Amino acid sequence: MADITNTFAGIKSPNPFWLASAPPTDKAYNVERAFRAGWGGVVWKTLGEEGPPLVNVNGPRYGAIWGADRRLLGLNNIELITDRDLYVNLREIKQVKKDWPDRAMVVSIMVPCEEAAWKAILPLVEETGADGIELNFGCPHGMSERGMGSAVGQVPEYIEMVTRWCKANTRMPVIVKLTPNITDIRFPARAAMAGGADAVSLINTVSSITSVNLDNFSPEPSIDGKGSHGGYCGPAVKPIALNMVAEIARDAETRGLPVSGIGGITTWRDAAEFLALGAGNVQVCTAAMTYGFKIVSEMIEGLENWMDAQGHASLDDVIGRAVPNVTDWQYLNLNYVTKAKINQDMCISCGRCHIACEDTSHQAITQEVDGVRRFEVIDEECVGCNLCVNVCPVENCITMEPLAAGETDRRTGKKVSGDYGNWTEHPNNPSRVAAE
Amino acid sequence: MNSKQHMSGVVAGRLDASDIEGNFQDLHPPLNAHEAVVAADRCYFCHDAPCVTACPTSIDIPMFIRQISTGNPLGSAETIFDQNILGGMCARVCPTETLCEQVCVREVAEGKPVKIGLLQRYATDHAMDSKNEIYKRPAASGKKVAVVGAGPASLACAHRLAMYGHEVEILEAREKPGGLNEFGIAAYKTVDDFAQREVDFVLSIGGISIRYGQKLGEGIALEQLQSDYDGVFLGVGLAGVNALRMEGDDAQGVVDAVDFIAGLRQSKDKSDIAVGRRIVVIGGGMTAIDAAVQAKLLGAEDVTICYRRGKEQMNASVFEQDLATSRGVVIRHWLQPEKVNTADGKVQSVTLEYTSQKDGRLAGTGEMMTIEADQVLVAIGQTLEASGLGLPIKLDGGRIATDADGRTSADKVWAGGDCTNTGDDLTVTAVAQGRDAAEAINKTLKQ
Ligand SMILES: Cc1cc2nc3c(=O)[nH]c(=O)nc-3n(C[C@H](O)[C@H](O)[C@H](O)COP(=O)(O)OP(=O)(O)OC[C@H]3O[C@@H](n4cnc5c(N)ncnc54)[C@H](O)[C@@H]3O)c2cc1C
Ligand SMILES: Cc1cc2nc3c(=O)[nH]c(=O)nc-3n(C[C@H](O)[C@H](O)[C@H](O)COP(=O)(O)O)c2cc1C
Ligand code: SF4
Ligand code: SF4
Ligand code: SF4
Repeated sequence: MADITNTFAGIKSPNPFWLASAPPTDKAYNVERAFRAGWGGVVWKTLGEEGPPLVNVNGPRYGAIWGADRRLLGLNNIELITDRDLYVNLREIKQVKKDWPDRAMVVSIMVPCEEAAWKAILPLVEETGADGIELNFGCPHGMSERGMGSAVGQVPEYIEMVTRWCKANTRMPVIVKLTPNITDIRFPARAAMAGGADAVSLINTVSSITSVNLDNFSPEPSIDGKGSHGGYCGPAVKPIALNMVAEIARDAETRGLPVSGIGGITTWRDAAEFLALGAGNVQVCTAAMTYGFKIVSEMIEGLENWMDAQGHASLDDVIGRAVPNVTDWQYLNLNYVTKAKINQDMCISCGRCHIACEDTSHQAITQEVDGVRRFEVIDEECVGCNLCVNVCPVENCITMEPLAAGETDRRTGKKVSGDYGNWTEHPNNPSRVAAE
Repeated sequence: MNSKQHMSGVVAGRLDASDIEGNFQDLHPPLNAHEAVVAADRCYFCHDAPCVTACPTSIDIPMFIRQISTGNPLGSAETIFDQNILGGMCARVCPTETLCEQVCVREVAEGKPVKIGLLQRYATDHAMDSKNEIYKRPAASGKKVAVVGAGPASLACAHRLAMYGHEVEILEAREKPGGLNEFGIAAYKTVDDFAQREVDFVLSIGGISIRYGQKLGEGIALEQLQSDYDGVFLGVGLAGVNALRMEGDDAQGVVDAVDFIAGLRQSKDKSDIAVGRRIVVIGGGMTAIDAAVQAKLLGAEDVTICYRRGKEQMNASVFEQDLATSRGVVIRHWLQPEKVNTADGKVQSVTLEYTSQKDGRLAGTGEMMTIEADQVLVAIGQTLEASGLGLPIKLDGGRIATDADGRTSADKVWAGGDCTNTGDDLTVTAVAQGRDAAEAINKTLKQ
C-alpha cells in the first residue's frame, strides 16, 4: 500500500493532512479530537503577544455563499487571532505535543512588527516542544488595521525582515503564511525565501464581503447594522490557491521552496491536486468546520487508494508532478484541435448546452434535428471551447474529442498538423520569433 | 369502532366525523419554505423546456421555479398567473404525472421529476395568502361579453377579458361558481374551500359580475345573448351523464358518481353522506377513481371498480389507479355490467359479463359473475346535452365544434373547456381554452 507519511520542512507527520490555524486548532480539546480522528498535524490557532487577550466581536463572525442544496461553497470570517490567554495556550500546546508525539505541532504567531516582540515570544513557544512555527502574515481583517497580518504580508521587505528575526532567534523551522491579497504571489514568496524561511504556506483568506442584507443594507455578517470585510475561504477559493501554489513552484527563484498548500481543500482529490502542483503537504480549515474532523479518513483513504491505483509508492512520486505542465499561454499548442461530442444515450435533452452556445458562444449546438428535439454539435462551428461541457448537468455526457493529425477541422477547412506549434511562432503574431 | 361501520345498506356516518376529517386531508401536503427551496434547486432551467411544452397553459416553469429559488415567490406566482389564472387549482388537480412532470428531464434521467405541481402550489399559495393585488383592470373598453357557466374555462376567459378592460357578465345555472372545481374535484385535492377562495381571487380584478340561477336553454336563448352582448363565450362543461340503461338501473342505491361527488363536496363535514357497505363502481376514468376512493374514505368496506377494458385503456392515470388501490379499492378489468339485482327495490348485487378484445372490438364472452353490493356508483361518462341548450351551433362528436381560437360556427360565439370537441377533459385544458378564446375575442372586439 502507498506510503503517505510526510516530512515537511523537516517536520514529520503520519500523513500530509494538517489542520490550518483557525478555530479547529484553538484549544487542546479540539486538537485532541482532531488527532483522534486521524489528522497528521495542526497549526495551532495564531498566538499574539503577552498581555490581556484579544477580544472578538460578540455577534456573528461568518458570512457564506451556497450552491444547490445549500452546500457551503465559500465562507467568510471576521474572527481575530486567539482570544485566549497566551500561557493557557502554551500549556495546552505542550501537553498535547507530549501526548501525541508523532503528530506535527506547529504554532502560528502574530506579534507586532518589532524584533523585541518576536524575540519575546519565540522562546516561550520553543519551550513547548512544538515542531515549528508559522508566521501569520495573512489575516486580512482586524489585525491588519493594527499593522499585523496581511499588513506585513503585503510588503515583501517586512516579510523578509521578520522572517530573518525569527530565523535568528529560534531553532524551529519557520513557515511563512502568505496572504493572497496581493497582485503577484511570487514577490512575498521570494521575500520569505530571502529571509531564510524553511517553507511558505498559502493561501490565507481572501478579502471579501459575502453579501448585503437588503432589508437594512448592512453587509453580512452584520454586527449591529454594520459589517466589515472578512476573509474568504472554502471550496470557492481553491482555484485561486492552486494557481498561487503553482506560481511559486515554477518560479525560477522560489522553485524547491517547500509549500504547504491551503485553500478550499475538501476531498482527497483536492489535496492530490495541491500536491501535484508542488505542495509538500496540505492544510484544511473550512472543510473541517463544515463537516467535522471525520472527513480526514476519507482524505487519507482516498489518497492511498488513488496512489495504489496509479502505482505511486510515496508522496514523493506525486509532489510536483504537474508543475512541468504548467506553462504560459504563449507556449500552448495551437495545433491541438478538439470538438465537443455529445453522447446521445446520456443526454437528457435539457437544452442547456444549446442555449449557452447559441446565446453566448459559437452557435455550434443544434436544438432540433429533422424536426425533433435533439442536441448535436455542429463541427463546422465548434471552436472546442468546452463551455457546453461545463454547463451540462450530466457528467461526461459531453466530451472534448481531439482531432487526429491529418484530419480536417471542418470549421477552418484545414488539416490538423501533428506538430507542436505555439503563438510565439504563429504567423499572426506580429512579434513572432521566426522559426529557423 | 363506530357502530354503523358494518351496517348493510346505504348509510351515512359509517365513520366518526373526526375519522372522516382525517381521511380527507390534503392528498399532497404543501411544501414548506425549506422543502420548496430544496425542490426548486433540482430544476436545471432547461432551454425550451419540455415541461413547458407539456403544460396545456404553457407556464414558464423554469422561470417560476428559479424565482422561488431566488426568494421571489410573488414574482414566481405572477409568472404562473400570467399564463394560468387558476394556477392554484391546477397545482392541486393537474395529473402532473402525465403532463409537465412526465417529461421533466429529471424524470427522464432519474425517474424523479422536479416537483413542479407542488412548487406551483407553493408560489400561488404564497401570492394568494399575501393579498397582494396582482392584476389591475385597465380603463373600461366599453365592450361587454357574456360568459356562460362559471367553471374553469369561463373564469379564465372572464379574467383575460377583464385584463383588456372589457366588461364581463357570467351567467351560471347553479347557485355557486367554480364548476367542477367546486362540485367535481375530489375533496382531498382541494381542501379548505380553496375553490371559492380562488374564484374570489379571479374576480378581484374587477369588471366581472356573476348572475346565478341563469341557465342557457331555460329562458335564455343564445340568440338573445348574441344581440345583447359584443361577444359570447360558452363554458358550460358537460351537464349530462350517461345512464346505465339496464335492468335494475332505477333501483334505490344506483347513484350517478358525479352527483355523489357533488353532494360530498357540498357537505360540511361529510358525515351526512350515505355510502354502501359494499360498492361497485362502474367506469374507468378519473370520476370512477374519485368516487371509489372517497366512498372508501367515508367507511365503505368493499369498493370494487369494474372497467370493461384493460388497465392500459383506463382514462385514469397510473398514479390515480395506484392511489385507489393504496386506499383499499379493488380495480377489476374486462368486466361489463349486465344487470343490477334488486330486492324490495334496493340494490343487492351486480351481475357482470367478462369481456375481451376481438379483432379490435370489445365483446362479451358470455361468461357471467356477480358481485354483492348495496350501492352502485355509475361513472360511465358525461355528455353535453346540447338539445337542452337549444344551440344553433355545429357539433362534433356530441360536443361544440371550435377552431383553434375557440370560435364556434355561430356568429360572435366562442367556446372552451369540456363542452368543446378539443383537448383533454382537464381543468388545465379548460383554462387554456378559456384564456385563448378571450385573446381571440379581444382581437375581434378591437377590430
Ligand atoms: C369527478 C371529477 C373529477 C375530476 N378530477 C379532475 C382532476 O383531478 N384534475 C383535472 O385536471 N380535471 C379533473 N376533472 C375534469 C375537470 O373538472 C374538467 O375538465 C373542468 O372542470 C372543465 O371545466 P369547464 O369550465 O369546461 O366545465 P365545468 O367545470 O363543468 O363548468 C361548467 C359550468 O357551467 C355551468 N353550466 C352548465 N350548463 C349551463 C347552462 N346551460 N347555463 C349556464 N351555466 C351552465 C355549470 O353549472 C358549471 O358551473 C374531473 C372531473 C370530474 C367530473
Ligand atoms: C474562522 C477562521 C479563522 C481563521 N483564523 C486564522 C488564524 O488565526 N490564523 C491564520 O493563519 N489563519 C486563519 N484562518 C485562515 C485559515 O487558516 C486558512 O488559511 C483559510 O481558511 C483557507 O483554507 P480553507 O479554504 O481550507 O478554509 C482562519 C480561517 C477561518 C475560517
Ligand atoms: S447540456 Fe448535456 S444533457 Fe443537456 S441537452 Fe446538452 S448534452 Fe444533453
Ligand atoms: S398547470 Fe398543471 S400541467 Fe401546467 S405546469 Fe402547472 S401543474 Fe403542470
Ligand atoms: S424539465 Fe424539469 S428540470 Fe427542466 S425546466 Fe422543466 S422542471 Fe426544470
